[in-house]
Amino acid sequence: MIEIRNLTKRYGALTAVNDISFTVTPGQVLGFLGPNGAGKSTTMKMITGFLAPSSGSVTVCGHDVESDPLAAKACMGYLPEGAPSYGEMTVRSFLEFIADIRGLSGERRRARLDDVIARLQLESVLEQMIETLSKGFKRRVGLAQALLHDPQVLILDEPTDGLDPNQKHQVRTLINDMSKDKIIVISTHILEEVDAVCNRAIIIAGGRLLADATPKELAARAPTGRLDDVFRQITTGQKAA
Amino acid sequence: MHNVKSIFRREFSSYFATPLALVFIVFFLVLAAAFAFQFGNFYERGQADLAPFFSFHPWLYLFLIPAISMRLWAEERKSGSIELLMTLPVTTWQAVIGKFLAAWAFAGVALALTFPMWITVNYLGDPDNGAILAAYIGSWLMAGGFLAIGACLSAATRNQVIAFIFTVVICFGFLFSGFPIVLDMVSGWAPRVLVDALASLSFYTHFQAISKGVIDLRDLLYFGTVIGVWLAANSIVLDMKKAD
Repeated sequence: MIEIRNLTKRYGALTAVNDISFTVTPGQVLGFLGPNGAGKSTTMKMITGFLAPSSGSVTVCGHDVESDPLAAKACMGYLPEGAPSYGEMTVRSFLEFIADIRGLSGERRRARLDDVIARLQLESVLEQMIETLSKGFKRRVGLAQALLHDPQVLILDEPTDGLDPNQKHQVRTLINDMSKDKIIVISTHILEEVDAVCNRAIIIAGGRLLADATPKELAARAPTGRLDDVFRQITTGQKAA
Repeated sequence: MHNVKSIFRREFSSYFATPLALVFIVFFLVLAAAFAFQFGNFYERGQADLAPFFSFHPWLYLFLIPAISMRLWAEERKSGSIELLMTLPVTTWQAVIGKFLAAWAFAGVALALTFPMWITVNYLGDPDNGAILAAYIGSWLMAGGFLAIGACLSAATRNQVIAFIFTVVICFGFLFSGFPIVLDMVSGWAPRVLVDALASLSFYTHFQAISKGVIDLRDLLYFGTVIGVWLAANSIVLDMKKAD
């Protein structure tokens, strides 16, 4: 379970995230929508404990991210924006490093490594240096890293950015397969993705939470019944065409 | 401890993933030997010791150690991998120690590879090997001091060149404050306490003391404190600036 209460992040005079509260329960795939600069990534960075909130709190799997960061981080997998990793490492040694840090050992370690390598189809690039990989492969390495310890909570910041349509489809299938008992939060500005994988959508703009509903309910708010129109209507204050 | 070890291993092997390690080690060995023979009159002195070799280490380190330390955090910040590292279940302190130890071990490897110098003096004469060992330890401790400064400054920027330059400047201060030329200048007007304080702040003073062959607890404490303080500053800087 993720519980977010009155989460706020200020940078000087700028309020990047403004008093956001929501709760996510297992089985939910939450799509985090909003224009660029809306505060999506900042919120995700606070959930994963990279940024300290100015005020408010985040609890993940019952652990407060600020007072008990290690326990909270241990039950999360996180794909940061742009899928950063260590370019000079090979895919294999990078995943081995993550397995070390995640405390995986013995049979389970081997099984988990085999599982993510197969799921993300990384066999062919295992011995390649990450910096020599294509954007799509780098993203998949980032996803493999996030999934490696089979976490209860997955936070994915733009997981399909830079992937071709086939790869996007694969990642969405992957998310659907895992969604039954996990909590998955993905940020995106591709609205069709929300339709494809999410059973709940939150729209934020200007750091504020503007809508929280299922994708169907949201779409029904526009006369056209299209999510794009609702998104534009909510985030710009314009009436849908 | 387990996390420190994992981070250490990753960091240490990353030095060898690029030609950087090889270039650095070759550069260090060539310069260390060249200084000892050319300027230190290694042969001409007619004494079987390594004093001419060790006396140039502070100057070598001044420019070579910042080249090791500059990438420690600046690169993580630039590539964004710091966000990955800091959202894994590790503490800031574990990451700081793991990375520092990796850089220090790498400096230790470079230093250990100067062993032909030691073989040479033993072949030519009958040196005090205890004193040589002490000087090696002193040199490695001094490298640790330089590295801790460099690690902290590397965390303050995402630009490795800036990290390098600032590290050289600060290390120069820590080195030069113990030089006779500075101390003579100050001792003309400043009280004796201040001159001693200035001298005792310097890497140079403590390295000189150890390289004479006496490992005094005070010198060990000095280097331990310098390393500890700069690494503490490193983790504070990281917590403040990691997301900028």
